[in-house]
Amino acid sequence: MSLSAIWPLVQTALELGVTCSLTVLALFLSYSMLNVCDLSTDGCFTLGAAVGAVVAISGHPYLSIPAAMGAGVLSGFVTAVLQTRMGIESLLAGIIVNTGLYSINIAVMGKSSLLNMNKTQTVFTKLGGLLADTPLAGYQELLIALAAAALVILFLALFLRTRLGLAIRATGNNPDMVRSSSINPIFTTTVGLCIANAFTGLSGCLLAQSQKSVNIDIGSGMVTIALASLLIGQTFMGRGSIAKRAVGMVLGSVIFRLVYTIALRLNMPAFMLKLVSSVIVIAAIAGPYLRTQLPMLKRRLAGSGKEGT
Amino acid sequence: MLTLTHISKTFNPGTVNEKTALTDVSLHLDPGDFVTIIGANGAGKSTLFNAIAGSFLPDTGSIALDGRDVTFQPEFKRAKAIGRLFQDPMRGSAPSMTIEENLALAAGGGGWLSHVSKAEKAAFRDRLALLGMGLEDRMRQPVGLLSGGQRQALTLLMATMVPPKLLLLDEHTAALDPGTAEKVLTLTESIVREGKLTCLMITHNMSSALELGNRTLMMDSGRILLDLKGDERRGLTVDDLLRMFKENVGKALDNDRMLLS
Repeated sequence: MSLSAIWPLVQTALELGVTCSLTVLALFLSYSMLNVCDLSTDGCFTLGAAVGAVVAISGHPYLSIPAAMGAGVLSGFVTAVLQTRMGIESLLAGIIVNTGLYSINIAVMGKSSLLNMNKTQTVFTKLGGLLADTPLAGYQELLIALAAAALVILFLALFLRTRLGLAIRATGNNPDMVRSSSINPIFTTTVGLCIANAFTGLSGCLLAQSQKSVNIDIGSGMVTIALASLLIGQTFMGRGSIAKRAVGMVLGSVIFRLVYTIALRLNMPAFMLKLVSSVIVIAAIAGPYLRTQLPMLKRRLAGSGKEGT
Repeated sequence: MLTLTHISKTFNPGTVNEKTALTDVSLHLDPGDFVTIIGANGAGKSTLFNAIAGSFLPDTGSIALDGRDVTFQPEFKRAKAIGRLFQDPMRGSAPSMTIEENLALAAGGGGWLSHVSKAEKAAFRDRLALLGMGLEDRMRQPVGLLSGGQRQALTLLMATMVPPKLLLLDEHTAALDPGTAEKVLTLTESIVREGKLTCLMITHNMSSALELGNRTLMMDSGRILLDLKGDERRGLTVDDLLRMFKENVGKALDNDRMLLS
């Protein structure tokens, strides 16, 4: 196959990868830093997409972005309040919010499960108009996604070194220490989840606008996909500075989408892709664990072999 | 400085696991007091610390710190005035964060969104050098790489970074090897002396309970049995302590760890 035939596929994978990497960066904050597995991610992603779409359709392409992020903050706040002030287990809090968001998302989309943005002015069509007749024409999706990812990485690199950022990291890293220190874990968890979900909302908003439609299922499975990307990113750039690790998240997300694309080229039916993402998460988490069990297994096998002779 | 008035606490009341951990404990500390606490396992020493730090709400009584009633204040608010070290050296610092970042957290100050300044980093360096463990040259390394003794020394530094009104030490050298324990204890003494800190220290080592500080409490079954200070305490030996324990409790002290050390 010639390069010109492959490039459009790679470009799509890059666009999707970088756009969804914002969700991976959100999990980088909530899962890797705060040690909270935020299962409201799917619903929050759709919420961002729905709010962004509704605001864009009403004629405010630029406002759609802060609106989607604000909706994400609200969703994160509710998840945080449930787990810090109401004694609900953090996994359960995420699941509950996720379920509730399904109804809210349909309500936001005007009691419909599908919104079309074919004729809507979005940040992508605005930039597309500016880029027409330049060498970058047709790259507006990638450019906006890259700019958003770069801004989020820059934010995280700076924020996680502030006193609040350090307190958030300590909350996830050693809860015992935080409990007997002057850091209020309720506050740090709440701030962390609000910020993380703002990024998830942004991610959903950008994906919906670049695809020119929102479907109520746009976010389903997103938490697994993002976790898979996070784990892939970690294996490549798991150590080093926050900025380097955050870049690793984007890299992981892109690699994940490239694997997807290859799988599709190999005639794998599209409906199998969620299974692929599940398998990647299983392999990435179970792999290191099974490797530690390997010496035990080897010795046992060797032992039983001796008995046999 | 610290006043406990009639503090009692019963865990799991009304169940088979009911345990009276503190019974009508009253205690007053003057500023600059360095009090050592000894007692058998289950005597209520750590529970006393938990009550002071605010890990739970006592069933009765009140706690005043520096003239202010803090009985209902949550733990993290009290922690601004109270520094605390535990037996487990892993409890006091965040392993994935660097020494510098841990110190920055402990130093507090500045706004939530402020970064650690160059001047602060230099100050951290100077303070780390006091430990004599070479940690000042490893400020960018994650704390998880340090040994238990190094981590406990770092925790001590963190707890006293902003001089606390009250320092609670809960057998903080018990999990360390003898050499390191000695070093951390010497360090503790000098930090408390230089900062003129008010300090409560639980120890299982009876000779250091008598050597260190100006006052010794002996606890048993959730009560303060003996409160030794001034002339009464001067010249007291470990044997005297054991005899006094037996006279008060009616049975010999049966804590091997205390007797063997």
